[in-house]
Amino acid sequence: MSTAGRRQFIGQCVGLLGSGGIMAALLATATRLAEALPAWALRPPGALPEDDFSAACLRCGLCVRACPFDILHLAHIDDGVTLGTPYFVARQRACEMCVDIPCAVSCPTDALTVPKAGIGAARMGLARMTGPDTCYSINGTAQCGACYLACPIKDAAITMAPRRAGARLYFEPTVNAAHCTGCGKCEQACVTREASIKVLPIGLARHDRHGVSRRGAG
Amino acid sequence: MPRRGWLVRHRWLLLRRLAQLGLLAAFLAGPWFGVWILSGDLASSVLFDTLPLTDPLVLLQALVAGHGAQWAALSGGALVLLAYTVLGGRSYCAWVCPLSLVTDLAAGLRRWIGLGRGWQIRRQTRRLVLAAVLVASAASGTLVWEWINPITMLQRGILFGMGAGWALILAVFVFDLAVSAHGWCGHLCPVGAFYGLVGRVARVRVNAAARTHCTDCGDCFRICPEPQVIAPALKPASPDASPVILDGDCLNCGRCLDVCEEDVFTFGTRHATVPLRGPGNDHHARDTLRSPVLDQGPPDHDR
Repeated sequence: MSTAGRRQFIGQCVGLLGSGGIMAALLATATRLAEALPAWALRPPGALPEDDFSAACLRCGLCVRACPFDILHLAHIDDGVTLGTPYFVARQRACEMCVDIPCAVSCPTDALTVPKAGIGAARMGLARMTGPDTCYSINGTAQCGACYLACPIKDAAITMAPRRAGARLYFEPTVNAAHCTGCGKCEQACVTREASIKVLPIGLARHDRHGVSRRGAG
Repeated sequence: MPRRGWLVRHRWLLLRRLAQLGLLAAFLAGPWFGVWILSGDLASSVLFDTLPLTDPLVLLQALVAGHGAQWAALSGGALVLLAYTVLGGRSYCAWVCPLSLVTDLAAGLRRWIGLGRGWQIRRQTRRLVLAAVLVASAASGTLVWEWINPITMLQRGILFGMGAGWALILAVFVFDLAVSAHGWCGHLCPVGAFYGLVGRVARVRVNAAARTHCTDCGDCFRICPEPQVIAPALKPASPDASPVILDGDCLNCGRCLDVCEEDVFTFGTRHATVPLRGPGNDHHARDTLRSPVLDQGPPDHDR
């Protein structure tokens, strides 16, 4: 190969690698930036931690089809959730906690895996009393307990703890993180306009981003 | 005027549309009518509640991102890959991909208006995009192309609800219509690039078997979304060269079979090395072509 030819060849290679590299960097950055799971969106039971989930989920919707209660959505481009990935909104329709977890069974990858200890070991999030001032039971509007009654593992995941404020006796809905699966039944049932109890992503609920591994729970 | 009827001149196009829409129907029969033929979507699905099928490129992105090494995904991906190594890699683009309904409409409109080929990006670009997608998936640990893939977005939109995804589909349509003929599928789409690589070993190929009958009318070149693949088979430098279109970028769409008034093209395998002649294939021979019906007048190519 002549010197000019070699120069041209090397130039083309560099150009190709350069433009390919820039494209790859832009794609990788943009994709990661576009990935999101807002606190109001919950993953189906048995989901990998969010970073891994977006790599393992093929966006096929088999879990959506498997759900007997039609709870799951695949994210649209304008939903604010990573495009094409499954989620549900507890306030609209909470997870029914099927014993056989058909959504996780249907997943072709490890994005959703059936927890070995069953649906009770799923950690879709963690319920938190986010509005103690609006909660009827706490602020004394009514003896409500809707969240407690809705909880599929009541007395374990939620208890109504007796409290005293001066002369007033009331019951405070209290979540036990050791049992709460984050199904969202309490949030769906809450009677206040904005739910006073909400299922939050585990890290957010625990005030510790690295506190609980959802992979370990799954 | 063409000598053959409209149906004959559109037979492969109609079959393709039937396949594309039939596939969508097979996915929609479940949620609409409770008849579950295919569940899921093109990324990954289950046929008749038993057979897993997975798009090999989606799976490849997951694998380089460090996931997806599960039995259902791997076997499904292998099955689909095997099918396309037989049927022709980019048969996916012509016969399956729902976006080609959109881009073919844009290409048809361009032809009808007479817009020419427009801005032509280098066809190699799509392979660069493919490489970049895989590198980026490995580097970022996520499925990079599924962030923007208009194919899966369109199909997912039809099956599960579109949201604002129409905007991206419209963008592809406008790009193909106003900027570049076959701009998306022919130059940028890494999915097509991937299946193009599969097509390099695929069995089923278009064969310019009766190339000696070619009248140089140019119909096939004008209709073909990848016209550069035709010449080596139709107009070879040596008469002994294979009449088979071996280029992986051929979509096996069959439009050249549709439009050719001389029936030069046929579907065959990639191993047919010499123009098919002889008793077993005499339907390609000119004497059968020149039937009484066809001999009513001189062929008119002023179309």
